[in-house]
Amino acid sequence: MSNSQLTPGIVPGRLPASAYRDNFTDHEPPLDRHEARVAADRCYFCHDAPCMTACPTSIDIPLFIRQIATGTPEAAAKTILSQNIMGGMCARVCPTETLCEEVCVREVAEGKPVEIGRLQRYATDTLMEKGLHPFTRAALTGKRVAVVGAGPAGLACAHRLAMKGHEVTVFERRPKAGGLNEYGIATYKAANDFAAREVDWLLKIGGITLRNGVTLGKDVALADLLADYDAVFLGIGLAGVNALRAAGEELAGVQNAVDFIAGLRQASDRSTVAVGRDVVVIGGGMTAVDAAVQSKLLGAENVTIVYRRGREKMSASGYEQEHATQTGVRIIYGAAPVKVAGVTQAEAVEFAYTEDTAEGLKLRPEGFTLKADQVFKAIGQTLAGLPEGLTVVAGKLPKRAGDRLWCGGDCALGGEDLTVTAVAEGRDAAEDIHAYLTGAAG
Amino acid sequence: MANLTTNFIGIKSPNPFWLASAPPTDKKVNVERAYEAGWGGVVWKTLGSEGPPVVNVSGPRYGAIWGADRRLLGLNNIELITDRPLEVNLQEIKEVKRKWRDRALIISLMVPCDEDSWRDILARIEDTEADGVELNFGCPHGMAERGMGSAVGQVPEYIEMVTRWVKQYSRMPCIVKLTPNITDVRKPAEAARRGGADAVSLINTINSITSVDLDDFAPEPTIDGKGTHGGYCGPAVKPIALNMVAEIARSPATHGLPISGIGGVTTWRDAAEFMALGAGNVQVCTAAMTYGFKVVQEMISGLSDYMDRKGFTDTSELVGRAVPNVTDWQFLNLNYVTKAHISQDDCIKCGRCYIACEDTSHQAIAMSADRTFTVKDDECVACNLCVNVCPVENCITMVEMPKGMVDPRTGRAVTDYANWTQHPNNPSARAAE
Repeated sequence: MSNSQLTPGIVPGRLPASAYRDNFTDHEPPLDRHEARVAADRCYFCHDAPCMTACPTSIDIPLFIRQIATGTPEAAAKTILSQNIMGGMCARVCPTETLCEEVCVREVAEGKPVEIGRLQRYATDTLMEKGLHPFTRAALTGKRVAVVGAGPAGLACAHRLAMKGHEVTVFERRPKAGGLNEYGIATYKAANDFAAREVDWLLKIGGITLRNGVTLGKDVALADLLADYDAVFLGIGLAGVNALRAAGEELAGVQNAVDFIAGLRQASDRSTVAVGRDVVVIGGGMTAVDAAVQSKLLGAENVTIVYRRGREKMSASGYEQEHATQTGVRIIYGAAPVKVAGVTQAEAVEFAYTEDTAEGLKLRPEGFTLKADQVFKAIGQTLAGLPEGLTVVAGKLPKRAGDRLWCGGDCALGGEDLTVTAVAEGRDAAEDIHAYLTGAAG
Repeated sequence: MANLTTNFIGIKSPNPFWLASAPPTDKKVNVERAYEAGWGGVVWKTLGSEGPPVVNVSGPRYGAIWGADRRLLGLNNIELITDRPLEVNLQEIKEVKRKWRDRALIISLMVPCDEDSWRDILARIEDTEADGVELNFGCPHGMAERGMGSAVGQVPEYIEMVTRWVKQYSRMPCIVKLTPNITDVRKPAEAARRGGADAVSLINTINSITSVDLDDFAPEPTIDGKGTHGGYCGPAVKPIALNMVAEIARSPATHGLPISGIGGVTTWRDAAEFMALGAGNVQVCTAAMTYGFKVVQEMISGLSDYMDRKGFTDTSELVGRAVPNVTDWQFLNLNYVTKAHISQDDCIKCGRCYIACEDTSHQAIAMSADRTFTVKDDECVACNLCVNVCPVENCITMVEMPKGMVDPRTGRAVTDYANWTQHPNNPSARAAE
């Protein structure tokens, strides 16, 4: 292809073929055995460890690191996976810098935490590469549970239920399982098709039937699921995307960041993915960073993230922001879009600076315009496509949404919208469902 | 998951990890916390005779040495036996044993070296329902000055005499705990066996001074300007303990005498090594004192994984497995030839192997102008020093020369097994011909 970084418009193939392979490989290479032993040696095996408390899935971090230190990474993996069945993906995508590693006593004391995330990956990769699945199913109960959504929450729930001896059917609207792990995570964070491999590994427990291409409310009704199964778990995520509410939003070239990320993840040849020469990403979360960084990696000449509030309010961590700027992304804080300019195709975005006041965010008279042939909206996702009769509280579903109905993950109240939180909620819902089905609790 | 249940001289425990008699086992509250954390057994901190309890110092009791990152490598202590009233300990032991039937509970004892004292204490502990007794003949400080502890353990005749009393006045299994502060550990072990001991446990702590305050010129830990030797333990003592365990395991006079291995056990691997050298179980103290009781979880998972990997279903398959391979130097194969090999892919060109060999060994490594290091096979005696100083694991390896190949250092072909007793340079070998 003859396109380059300077080709105007939204085009594929801006880079030489080899650049795609280099750009979308593992962002952070895995530790080798020696590096893992050295990194593990730094852990103090703290009592009542702050890292463990900070982990939404409460992984016994000091124990698994000690197990790595003593040359038993498989035992370490079991310690991780017994709390977090998607410990492999979480090792790659968890914002450890704001969770376990932020409170590591060595971070607090020295500014250099134990590399918990990378050690977790070392342990789980070792186990999974050996094809080992260290869990087995309890005696079959004859109970059947429907799980809607094959994302982290749904799969964690399904695995725990299958382990307890229940039969689980997972309904997923998309062609592949994995949810945001498969469709929503930056490619360089889950290289080599890790999300799909993790799903295959997770299903080795047995007792889980996956039904892809089934949409709740369209292909199957919630009432039917409740009639056919002993319990139902909804882990349906946030299928809607917030609007910009700025003029020109309908112009060609303005698109949802999540769709761009999903398209890139599913592309077998990344050189076929089109990207603008001047890309503007609007938002301040991980999705904004993932869209911006990957635009840059696809060869966009100029990529700018514009966030309406200050740096400290940005939900993407400092580490993520730094990663973006190191990749060549520019981040502008404290500005909101007023208008996308263009005739049929976006050409520029006009911004106004903002002011955080007691009455909320206000637009200032000063502003600026950024050239943009591609504009990504990354200003949050919302519940969408809900079946009738569900109560929505503060934009989310309650964790116990009905008599035999549980919810978890991004669609449910409580916790941050993180993979690790979704896994914790799916797992805990499974424990509740199990207690309910076996009469241990109501 | 392998079955870690062990039966040590008739005492069953869910795993081979016992806490040694020491500060962690002095009270009901500690022992119950240990059992809750998963420890298979506990040897209760040494009880003395009835009467006013012993008195400990109220200054520092411990000294330590550390690695550069404050990893505790060796610990030394000057604490004495329990300083709580005998009656309180006996009551608590009874309560704990009743509550924790599946765990081992052994009572460590140390009383004056006379028959009445031993008969009396054995009568006092009779109804605690403890599983056995361990005779503390090892403690090297404080009590030894009063004719107890290592003062007994250093005299085989005393060991035999006291063990005989214990077997005469008690039906409990009897473990004799040995001091390493002697020249030949087999002698006290033989004495214990002659006295009727069911097992020996070793090692107790080693006489030591961990450090000296170079401003106050006193050994540490320092009590009001003075210090004394203490008992050394922790990871640093493991090699000494392993050798002593192996000596007892392979000596014809003590072979088959059950051994409880003690000395720096910190990880599953340490435990497995002690067991391979003949220990039926292990006792741990410093690792628990450094990291808390939870540390046993790694030992349990690690040993279980290892046994699964090896296809062992019972710890008895591991115990003593390495003993036949411990031999005397004179029986080592003098015709076994290896050469160091440096992997150029792994080498980071630090030069440590070169200078170690050049300055202190056999000048068998060559260094080129571009810092490539290669072994000179005609000089290499395969001493292994380069392997040990190399910072990269498995970068330098010892490669065996096959039979028939000529060793360029000696000019002789590698031949079949032959040892020093058969060697032409050995005057004794010639005399026997």
